[in-house]
Amino acid sequence: MAAQLVMYEDEFTKINAICDRLAKDANAKVVFLVDKAGQLISASGHTQHIDTTSLASLTAGNVAAMGGLAKLIGENEFPNQFHEGTKDSLYMTIVATRIVLVGIFDNRTSLGLVRLRIKKASDELGRVMESMDRNANSRHEVGSPFAEISDEDIDNLFSD
Amino acid sequence: MSFINYSSREINCKIVYYGPGVCGKTTNLQYIYNKTSPETKGKLISLSTETDRTLFFDFLPLALGEIRGFKTRFHLYTVPGQVFYDASRKLILKGVDGVVFVADSQLERMEANMESLENLSVNLADQGYEFNKVPTVMQYNKRDLPNAVSIEEMRKSLNPRGIPEYQAVAPTGVGVFDTLKSVAKLVLSELRKGG
Repeated sequence: MAAQLVMYEDEFTKINAICDRLAKDANAKVVFLVDKAGQLISASGHTQHIDTTSLASLTAGNVAAMGGLAKLIGENEFPNQFHEGTKDSLYMTIVATRIVLVGIFDNRTSLGLVRLRIKKASDELGRVMESMDRNANSRHEVGSPFAEISDEDIDNLFSD
Repeated sequence: MSFINYSSREINCKIVYYGPGVCGKTTNLQYIYNKTSPETKGKLISLSTETDRTLFFDFLPLALGEIRGFKTRFHLYTVPGQVFYDASRKLILKGVDGVVFVADSQLERMEANMESLENLSVNLADQGYEFNKVPTVMQYNKRDLPNAVSIEEMRKSLNPRGIPEYQAVAPTGVGVFDTLKSVAKLVLSELRKGG
């Protein structure tokens, strides 16, 4: 099975801080981080009116489809994508080969600034992901709290 | 690949409904969507053609409740069943935690069922999974149709391993939630093992 993505408090705080800062620095409306399987990791900015769960799933679908296209033409993947709308546009970049950083922005900022800030944030996120992978290995040895899940716990989820 | 967030105390798992074209994968999701309360579900997203055939995937996020203080969410996906959408099917299996194989019980679809099951095994292997190790349940759908093959025959052709199996009539909901509960339990049991 593929490796689980496990995130702890300190890493989550760091990732959220990077996304918050990126939203401000790039003057973006929304910044979010998704893993390639479509799980939302973090969202910053004006997220109140956005269905971030759907956004995460569609982002992953889009990245997967573009990755498939890339391979067909002999590329490994398209690490950066830009989609221009009439009001809002979207820029996404792949971080550490397995997560996707997305910025949604309008004409109060520019593509150049968004690209620049996303590049910088992506480098920082890459380092956090690296340390997350290292920590996951050592923490895994300590044991997962889910080892304690009983059949009853699972059954209780479905008692309706 | 489940996502466990210790900070927000959430577990997110991905379940994929697989099977041949028009076997009822999307109908399963639509029934689940219609029968769950608004606070437990997100939007049902369907990327389909103008004739309502799934083009890329359907997506439905479901919140099941808490387990040991962790909010448990399941993301349900379907794949496009038509043979020529194989490249898309492969992509949707990325990061899968559990699979529901929806088989069409009609006699004339038995070959399509077997072909799709074989395709599932190949595509899982492409994503680095071993089919036998992925939590999977079998759903024999369209049991209400007059040309439905007997359960014994379906089992013989599609379920020699004896994985959990359910009979269903997806439009009326027969077997739909039993199938979902079963795969969710298998996925959580796998998580317990540290899978």
